[in-house]
Amino acid sequence: MDKYSVFSARLIEQTEYLTSGHRACQGCAEVLAVRLVLKALGRDTIVAMSTGCMEIISSPLPLTSWKLPWIHNAFENSAAVISGCESGMKAMMRKGKLPAKKINFTAMGGDGATADIGMGALSGALERGHDMVYVCYDNEAYMNTGIQRSSSTPYGASTTTSPAGKASMGQHTQKKNMTQVAVAHNIPYVATACPSFPFDLIDKVKRAAEMPGPAYVHIMSVCPTGWRIPPEDAIRYGRLAVDSCMFPLYEVVNGKYRLTYRPNPIIPIRDYLSGQGRYRHLTEPDIEKINDMVGREYQRIVKMSDEV
Amino acid sequence: MAKPIDQINWHELEIGSVVTETGNAVQYETGSWRSDKPVVNMRQCIKCGVCWLFCPDMCIVRAEEGHFTANLAYCKGCGICAKECPVGCITMINEEA
Repeated sequence: MDKYSVFSARLIEQTEYLTSGHRACQGCAEVLAVRLVLKALGRDTIVAMSTGCMEIISSPLPLTSWKLPWIHNAFENSAAVISGCESGMKAMMRKGKLPAKKINFTAMGGDGATADIGMGALSGALERGHDMVYVCYDNEAYMNTGIQRSSSTPYGASTTTSPAGKASMGQHTQKKNMTQVAVAHNIPYVATACPSFPFDLIDKVKRAAEMPGPAYVHIMSVCPTGWRIPPEDAIRYGRLAVDSCMFPLYEVVNGKYRLTYRPNPIIPIRDYLSGQGRYRHLTEPDIEKINDMVGREYQRIVKMSDEV
Repeated sequence: MAKPIDQINWHELEIGSVVTETGNAVQYETGSWRSDKPVVNMRQCIKCGVCWLFCPDMCIVRAEEGHFTANLAYCKGCGICAKECPVGCITMINEEA
C-alpha cells in the first residue's frame, strides 16, 4: 500500500480481526471504523476497551467477535489499563521473559468514555508518554444507553436528555474539542479520521502505531439510530460532515498541522444538518450560528496548516 | 466452547468471564434481523470491492469469479452496499416479496 498510491478497495488487508455476528445496529459506521482500525493495526495488537457501544455489541458472554487479545474494563480506565499492559510487557521484554517484539497497544473508547468519564486517565496516559494508540469513536452522544447527551454532542442536537421543544433548542453547549485537548499534551501524533474516508483512516492509524510514544486518533462515526437518519445513509453523512467542514480531517505530527483533505467545493452546512432528525427543529438563526462556529474552527485549522 | 450458546450453563463459564475461543460470535447469525436483502446484478458488477470495504457486518464475500456477494446468514440489510456501489448494481429487495 505504501509503495503505490493506488486507492483500490481490493488491495486493503483482507484479514478480518472482528468477525460477523456482532450485535451492532443496522448501518453502524462505528463498527466499520473498528474493523478498519484493526485492519490497519494488524495481528500484533492488544486492545483495551472501555464500556460503550462497541464493547456491548462485540462481547456478549460467552461469545466474542474479537480475534485479538482484548480486555474490557470500566468506563473510565481504558487508557490506564493499556499503560499498565505496555509497561508490564516492556519490563518482561527487558528481562528476557518475552521475545522482544513491536506490539501495538491500543485503547479504544467512545466519546463518553473519552471526553467525559475517562478524560483524567487518558490525560495521564498521554502525559506519561506510553507507547500506545488511543482511538476515540465519536458518535456524539451516549448512544448505547439510549442517546443521552455527552460533552461531545454538538450545538443544537436533540438528544433524550437535551430534548428540543418549546423551552429548549436541544444541546445548548458547544462540542468539546477532544482533538485539541490531545494536541495540548504535546504528544507526537494526533489525527482526526472518518470511516467514510477509509484509506485516509487506515493511513492515519498506521502512522499512529508507528510513532514512538502516545498517539491519539479521533474518529467521527455516524450513528443512524441516534442521529435519526436511514441506515443506508451512514457513509454519506460521514462524507457530508467532512465536506461541510463540520469535521475537518487533519493530523498534527509533533505540533505541525496538516490538513489531509480539503473539501472542494465546501458544501453548505445546511445540507449536512437538514436530513438528520436530531437537527430537525433548528431555525435559521441557529443554522447561521452553527455555520459561523464551524467556519471559524475550519479557518483556524487551515491557517495553522498553511503556516508550516 | 464447542457447544451452541443456548446450551451453555452458567457454571460452565470460565472464571472471570474469560472467553477462550476467539471470534466465536460467528455462531450467532444476525441475518434474521433483516427485512430487505441485497441482490447483485453480476453483469453490471465491476468487481471493485467498495461494498466489501464499507460493509459494517463483514458479510460481503468474494465469489469465485471475483464478484462480491452478501453472506445472507449475517447481512442485517442496512443497504450501505446498495447506496455506495459506484455502478449501482446492488438493489435491496424485500425479503417477503
